[in-house]
Amino acid sequence: MFSLTVNGKSHQVDVEPEMPLLWVLRDIIGLTGTKYACGISQCGACTVHVDGEAVRSCVMPVSAAVGKRITTIEGLSTDSSHPVQRAWIELDVPQCGYCQSGQIMAAAALLAKTPKPTDADIDRAMSGVLCRCGTYLRIRAAIKKW
Amino acid sequence: MLAQGPVESAAFAPNAFLRIDPDNTVVVIVKHLEMGQGVYTGLPTLVAEELDADWGPADVKRYANLAWGGSAQGTGGSTSMRGSWDQLRHAGATARALLIAAAAQRWNADAKGLRAERGYVIDARSNRRASFGELAALAATLPIPQDVPLKVPREWRLIGKHVPRTDTAAKVNGTAVYTIDHHLPNALTAVVARPPVFGAKLKRYDASKALAMKGVKAVVEIAQGVAVVATDFWHAWRAREALIIEWDRSGGFTASSDAIREQYRALLKQPGAVASSRGEVDAALNGAAKRIEAEFEFPYLAHAAMEPLNCVVRLDDKSCEVWAGSQSQTLDQAKAAATAGLKPEQVTIHTLLAGGSFGRHANPISDYICEAVAVAKATRSLNAPIRLCWAREDDMRGGYYRPAYVHAIAAGVDKLGRPVGWSHRIVGQSIVAGTPFAGMMKDGIDPTSVEGASNLPYAIPNLRVDLHTTSLGVPVLWWRSVGSTHTAFSTEVMIDRLAHAVGKDAVAFRLGLLKERPHHARVLKLAAQKAGWGKSLPKGHARGVAVHEAFHSYVAEVAEVSVADDGSFRIERVVCAVDCGVAVNPDIVRAQMESGIVFGLSAALYGEISFKDGIVQQSNFHDYPVLRIGDMPRIEVHIVKSSEPPTGVGEPAVPPIAPAVVNALFAATGRRIDRLPLRPMA
Repeated sequence: MFSLTVNGKSHQVDVEPEMPLLWVLRDIIGLTGTKYACGISQCGACTVHVDGEAVRSCVMPVSAAVGKRITTIEGLSTDSSHPVQRAWIELDVPQCGYCQSGQIMAAAALLAKTPKPTDADIDRAMSGVLCRCGTYLRIRAAIKKW
Repeated sequence: MLAQGPVESAAFAPNAFLRIDPDNTVVVIVKHLEMGQGVYTGLPTLVAEELDADWGPADVKRYANLAWGGSAQGTGGSTSMRGSWDQLRHAGATARALLIAAAAQRWNADAKGLRAERGYVIDARSNRRASFGELAALAATLPIPQDVPLKVPREWRLIGKHVPRTDTAAKVNGTAVYTIDHHLPNALTAVVARPPVFGAKLKRYDASKALAMKGVKAVVEIAQGVAVVATDFWHAWRAREALIIEWDRSGGFTASSDAIREQYRALLKQPGAVASSRGEVDAALNGAAKRIEAEFEFPYLAHAAMEPLNCVVRLDDKSCEVWAGSQSQTLDQAKAAATAGLKPEQVTIHTLLAGGSFGRHANPISDYICEAVAVAKATRSLNAPIRLCWAREDDMRGGYYRPAYVHAIAAGVDKLGRPVGWSHRIVGQSIVAGTPFAGMMKDGIDPTSVEGASNLPYAIPNLRVDLHTTSLGVPVLWWRSVGSTHTAFSTEVMIDRLAHAVGKDAVAFRLGLLKERPHHARVLKLAAQKAGWGKSLPKGHARGVAVHEAFHSYVAEVAEVSVADDGSFRIERVVCAVDCGVAVNPDIVRAQMESGIVFGLSAALYGEISFKDGIVQQSNFHDYPVLRIGDMPRIEVHIVKSSEPPTGVGEPAVPPIAPAVVNALFAATGRRIDRLPLRPMA
């Protein structure tokens, strides 16, 4: 049994220590905003914040997340009012939308540390999050606009 | 707001696409799949425009199951807007006429003096107004008028204007529901072990270890392989690793990519079935002042949508419900019914958002849907809905690829540098053969193998396109822009080489051959002008161009590349011009052009599924890379102003990008590139 703090709320989960945080969030706790797409830390769709850092939850064992603050897309704001979400809405960034939770979480972590990122900062922080619809131009524009 | 609930009855439902409730909620029902291309916004726009609805509260709901008028429901070929343009505007206009008639009856006024505006019917003379919701019940009792006139373009308030997407809010806060997120109470998750090569069969398996693992509820044999059913994805996936399976590979696919290539190249030497022919090609080529030949190779490509394939099924003795990001609901319904042992009308397909699709969810044999139904059928005793999930590796190795092709083109020019002959031979598998779409084939020609080549737009008097349709055990499928994914490349790279061979500018040469094709010429000129075609560039930079028609839309793209001394290159900028008729939502048109360019670039740079002894060599994004943000070029999109009916935008931006980039690389380096991808991993 592990105790997890997700979006400020405590959850007791009875799972194996090696179960990835992604699947605990999605299938045990029921927070499905965080997406599965590769399972091997290659695409970033599963990005969440662990103690403020952008983390690929598909390769983080749940045991490593105990005692840490976990934030998912559902916890970024209660009403889509986070400045990154607002910028995303203003520019209509998403197409299929499946990767966008990961994109937004990666962008929010970047901007929390680097409020005025350069293009190189954006490339570094965002290159791990794939988008097959090709929304990258709007992602970059939204990050600069936030 | 994006509603995702089922379609309920309403106070006023004048047709299949519209509901108005007493609280003034306007619900537009979208019969197509939203997979990113914007149909949840573009199609309601058509209804709302003619209805004069207030855009704000207009709700979007998915269409539950079967279509209108008995025709098949599906989404593909960039047809959603083209096919809905008249249908949905008429749906809106008819409803508006009924609401106005209802107001006229209520106020005992002449309908001619009333107008609709932003969700209200207004009588300007008496300052009376009533909301659509207030009038809905009465409107529902009135006879449906015929031939209600549509607005003229200058009256449009939404069409051609900026209308924000209806699905953005749910996609930035985690509430958008894709099939993988659709949790039914007590549902179990299934992961299937499939054969290591296409066509292999299950011989025997031992599930004792898997069955003893935590969370595992059942292991069942289905036609597609062995399914592990567990409480959740991870426990099912982990238990699948513990299965011991012996496969019978005797009837399976065994070829390697090199052998396929050699076989295809050998076929290039022999004449194929003629898809298109005019004039005397051989005589023209023999008599040409100059003759150029090239062979091109294209690999198998995976769709690799971000959301791996998955499907949710609830099955009982009398009914089956399927939740999926389906691109072909009617076929999926029939196939699900056959698998379940039910009649099609006992199956309901609930269309959820798809996390990308690019053609993969338009599989004529409904592979992933049938698999989910098969698992549900084999586990009826568990009395639980089944959520079938493919891991990324399953999705990548699961087949239904864009077929591999090889092309050969021989072209000749006369003494004045005018093209006189063009012979184009294509070798590859048919996408439609053996499927419910086989009727598309004519005289043994699958039109999707030759589209974009057999209708070459250039005025070349002698032309022949012929085709060898191969038979291989690799499942193939349409992939965003289908035949144009390869024909645009070979034709546009070849035409560039002809221009070079006769010392002509690549744009001017094309324009000289496009005098009868004004749509092509217009986008080509626009893209060239906006890109600064002909203007000088920094050292190491060069431009390349391509123009192509796909799905009745015309797109020209100018790519600017930079090549470093070590030969490495970057795509710096892409200027795109599109003629898609009326741009119903210009921002979504722009987004789809950006999207198609990125999709085409990913394939051009990296895309390749290869085989060794029948085994797919790729498995995930590390060995099937796609474009990342740092590789993005700047993209500018210019939309041709048009009053013609709208045509598709989901696919037509894909075809021109690869040839435009390769033509730019030639201009920069003089290096001929005849094979994709440009940066192979294998």
